[in-house]
Amino acid sequence: MIDTNLSLSIPDFTVSPRIDQVGIEERAKRFTTRSIKTSSKVSLLKLTLNMIDLTTLEGKDSEGKVKQLCYKAQHLHDTYPGLPTVAAVCVYPSMVKIAKKALGNSGIKVAAVATAFPSGQAPKDVKIRDTKYAVAEGADEIDMVISRGKFLEGDYNFVFDEIAAIKEACGNARLKVILETGELVTYDKVRRASDIAMYAGADFIKTSTGKIQPAATMPVTLVMLEAIRDFYYKTGKKIAMKPAGGISKAKLAVHYLVMLQETLGKDWMSNEWFRFGASSLANDVLMQLEKERTGVYQSANYFSID
Amino acid sequence: MSRLEVLKTYKIYIGGQFPRTESGRYYTPLNKAGNPLANVCLSSRKDFREAVVAARNAFGSWSSRAAFNRGQILYRIAEMLEGRKAQFIDELILQGATNAQATTEVHTAIDRLIYYAGWCDKFQQLFGTINPVASSHFNFSVPEPTGVVSIIAPQSNSLLGLVSVIAPVIAGGNTCIVLASETKPLCAVTFAEVLNSSDVPGGVVNILTGKPNELVKYFADHMDVNAIIYCENDATHHKLIQEKAALNVKRVYFYDKVNWQSADAENPYFILDTQEIKTTWHPIENIGGAKAGY
Repeated sequence: MIDTNLSLSIPDFTVSPRIDQVGIEERAKRFTTRSIKTSSKVSLLKLTLNMIDLTTLEGKDSEGKVKQLCYKAQHLHDTYPGLPTVAAVCVYPSMVKIAKKALGNSGIKVAAVATAFPSGQAPKDVKIRDTKYAVAEGADEIDMVISRGKFLEGDYNFVFDEIAAIKEACGNARLKVILETGELVTYDKVRRASDIAMYAGADFIKTSTGKIQPAATMPVTLVMLEAIRDFYYKTGKKIAMKPAGGISKAKLAVHYLVMLQETLGKDWMSNEWFRFGASSLANDVLMQLEKERTGVYQSANYFSID
Repeated sequence: MSRLEVLKTYKIYIGGQFPRTESGRYYTPLNKAGNPLANVCLSSRKDFREAVVAARNAFGSWSSRAAFNRGQILYRIAEMLEGRKAQFIDELILQGATNAQATTEVHTAIDRLIYYAGWCDKFQQLFGTINPVASSHFNFSVPEPTGVVSIIAPQSNSLLGLVSVIAPVIAGGNTCIVLASETKPLCAVTFAEVLNSSDVPGGVVNILTGKPNELVKYFADHMDVNAIIYCENDATHHKLIQEKAALNVKRVYFYDKVNWQSADAENPYFILDTQEIKTTWHPIENIGGAKAGY
């Protein structure tokens, strides 16, 4: 449901801004050439850790796996004093209760992927029940997928209504809308889907499920960040961003943070407004932090397995 | 019309690719007459870091290959080296060797590769043991590769020295990062081209050029390196390596007294240096009247 306080006028999504492909890719490449000094690097790496949604979304996920992940979320690398924790743990709805219990009062949120993740190929009422179940189990955040088939057919009203309905089902939980940019093909469509999601009530827009290649890329994320910026200028409402999938190296994460800072500015530089959906990023960041602390290149042997 | 000779660009070898150093730095080694030999990459610690990542990634599949297959690949290196003999001889002469010295060095290097190619599937029988134990177990020990090995190659024998330290390490299933001779780096880079065209998977051997003074510390202290081999007789380097290698208890070998031309420079104990011995206790029923356990 749309927040009526904003009194938004719903724009015609068919005329969402077109994206200059060459321009956006060049611009995204520029962010990778910033010189970042050691002290800034260390604080960016810590911020990265604090923005991670530690994720396990496998068919083989078990209670033990989720508990272990929750333990890791709270104890990233105990030999390094003063590390932040991750932002959230991201699991399937059936694992929410276990994660919630394992995380206790650590302040780490539980995010659940709902709405027939990752394909989204289910009837609307099933998706709504999926969402309500996850919320009832205690999820703080819901990651939904849009109906890409309908979107590509041009049925934007369907996509809009579905997001709005899921938003309503979320209650107080924050809603992340996964566009699955790998299936949308063009930047124009990514921009349009971002606009639809934001006007329909998304709290976050998220690039990918992590199940489709390509997942998050810097140009796609930049398109979405610019959509967020334009939406903010128009409505005054801040929307958060979550690139997910394919970000497994600390260096790349730092490039994303540079892009975030230079596109949306300081106000977005916290885990309330930006997240990384990742499973293996945390270890690489930890290795880089240890490298800065000890002055010695690290080995994966001395860090947790996943 | 006279023609300008096209000079070769000597690049480094990481993960099966030939990148330039990320640092963008170069140095110009001189020949005996004081003329520049070539512009050579002055590798940085970040090149080394990339090389370790490549070596680590290559380790799994290289170490689990059939030993016989590793032997075939080493033999293939020798074949390719034979085919490009003339180029190596030229480069050695450029670096100050006489024609006779250069020819001997290349021939010895080829023979040494063949020698270690033969050992690939045989040293396990030599160093593996079946151990008598007092309980009902079949107990045996076999050598297994230690992992990623960093090597600072001999300064003087730029081809033979290089081959002599790389061959036993990869014959045993390890992967390596080698820093070539600082003053005579030409053959090392050309050798990388030979490796690249002889079935050696990318990342198994990585070759950097540059200054030992700059890089020894990183070769010794990287936590993802399992052993270090150092071939010079520099006391400060020895001390530094021993101190830094202690961080993750690397195996440390100083080959500073080896005469690479001699027959002593090839024996299976060089392979054993970068092996770990794994012992397996396999439960069995009592065999033999005296309850001998094996």
